[in-house]
Amino acid sequence: MTRKGKRLTLIAGAMAVLGLAAGLMLFALRDNIVFFYTPSELAKKQVAAGARLRIGGLVKEGSVVKNGHDVNFTVTDKTNDLAVSYTGLLPDLFREGQGVVVDGVLQPTGAFRADSVLAKHDERYMPRDVADALKKQGVWQGETK
Amino acid sequence: MSFLSTYANPTRFLRFAEGALPWLSGATLLLLAIGLYGAFTAPPDYQQGETVRIMYIHVPSAWIAIFAYVVMTSASLGVLVWRHPLADAAQKTAANLGAAFTFICLVTGSLWGKPMWGTFWVWDARLTSMLVLFLLYLGLIAVRQTMDDTPRGARIAAIMTLVGAIDIPIIKYSVDWWNTLHQPASVFRIGGPSISGSMLWPLIIMTLAGTLLFLTLHVMAIRNEILRRRLARLSMQAVRAGEPAGDESMEPAK
Repeated sequence: MTRKGKRLTLIAGAMAVLGLAAGLMLFALRDNIVFFYTPSELAKKQVAAGARLRIGGLVKEGSVVKNGHDVNFTVTDKTNDLAVSYTGLLPDLFREGQGVVVDGVLQPTGAFRADSVLAKHDERYMPRDVADALKKQGVWQGETK
Repeated sequence: MSFLSTYANPTRFLRFAEGALPWLSGATLLLLAIGLYGAFTAPPDYQQGETVRIMYIHVPSAWIAIFAYVVMTSASLGVLVWRHPLADAAQKTAANLGAAFTFICLVTGSLWGKPMWGTFWVWDARLTSMLVLFLLYLGLIAVRQTMDDTPRGARIAAIMTLVGAIDIPIIKYSVDWWNTLHQPASVFRIGGPSISGSMLWPLIIMTLAGTLLFLTLHVMAIRNEILRRRLARLSMQAVRAGEPAGDESMEPAK
C-alpha cells in the first residue's frame, strides 16, 4: 500500500472509531437530549411529583378553558392525556389541535402546573387557500385559524 | 489523481479564478434577484402568516453552514492525505465563511422562534447541535490565527475539522432521533417535500443562490490566501537578502 493509501486507511479507521464513540455517547444520554416527554412516556416513567420537566403533545380539542390569564387545557398524544394549568400569555400559534411543549412541575394530584408554554409547528407549509381546499376534500385534518 | 494534480495547482487555480469569478458572481446575482422576488411574492403560510418569509433566509443559510463544513472536510482530507497547499488554503478560508453563515442561521432562527414558538432559544437537539457547529468554526479560526501558516498548523486544523464532522449527521438527524421543538425536515424527507409548490420554488432558488454565493466568496478567498502567502514569502526573501522590507519589496516579482 502506498503512503497515501495508508494515511487514508488510518483516517477512515479513526473516523469510524470516533463515530462509534459519539453514537454510544448520544445513545447513553438520550434521556437528557430529548427536549420533552410525551404524556405516554410520562405515564410509563413513574415520575415523582415535584419533578421539573417538559411535556409535548397536542392541545386536546375542546379542552381549553380560559379564565382571565388562567388557562386550563389537556395535552394529549392520542393515547394518554395530561391536564395542564397555566397563568400568563400564550404564543400566537396556541390553539386546539396545535402542538405545544409545556415546561413546569408535576403536581401530587397528577396534574401539571406549567410556567411556560411553547408552540410547536409541524413541517407542513402551505398557503391558506391550499389548506382550506385540502380540508374541504377531507384529505387532511389539520387546523386552520 | 491526475485530474487533481493538474488543476489543483495554485498558479492554475489563480487563472481559473480569474476566468470563473465573473460567471459565478453573475449567476449568483441573477438567482438572488429571482429568489428574492419569489420570497416576497410567495403566499403567506396558513398558520404562520407573513412570518414564514424568514424561511427564505434561514433555510439557505443553514444549508450553506453545513455545505461549507462538507467542503472543509474534503479539503482536510486533501491536507492530510495528499498534503496539498491548495487544500490547505481551501480549508482555512471555508471556516470564516461557514462561521458567518452559521451565525446568520442562528440569528434568523432566533428571530423566527420568538413569534412562532414563543421563545428566542431553547436547548433542543437541533438548536444545540447548530450552536456546536458555530463553536467548531470559531475554534478552527482560532487555531489558524494562533498557528500561522505552517504545515503543522494546517494538519492540526484538518484533524480538528474531521473530528468535528461528526456534528454534521447529528444536525441533520437531530429532529428524527430525539423529540425537539424544531420541526422535522420539510424538503429532504421520505415522501417528498411537505411545502406547497408556490412556497417551495423560491426556497430552492434562494438555496441555489446561497450556494453560488458561497462558491463565489470561497474562490475569492482562496485566491486572496494564495496571493497573501506569496507576498509573505516575497517579503521574507527580501528581508533575508538584506533589503529593507519597505514598500518597494511589496511589488510583485517581475
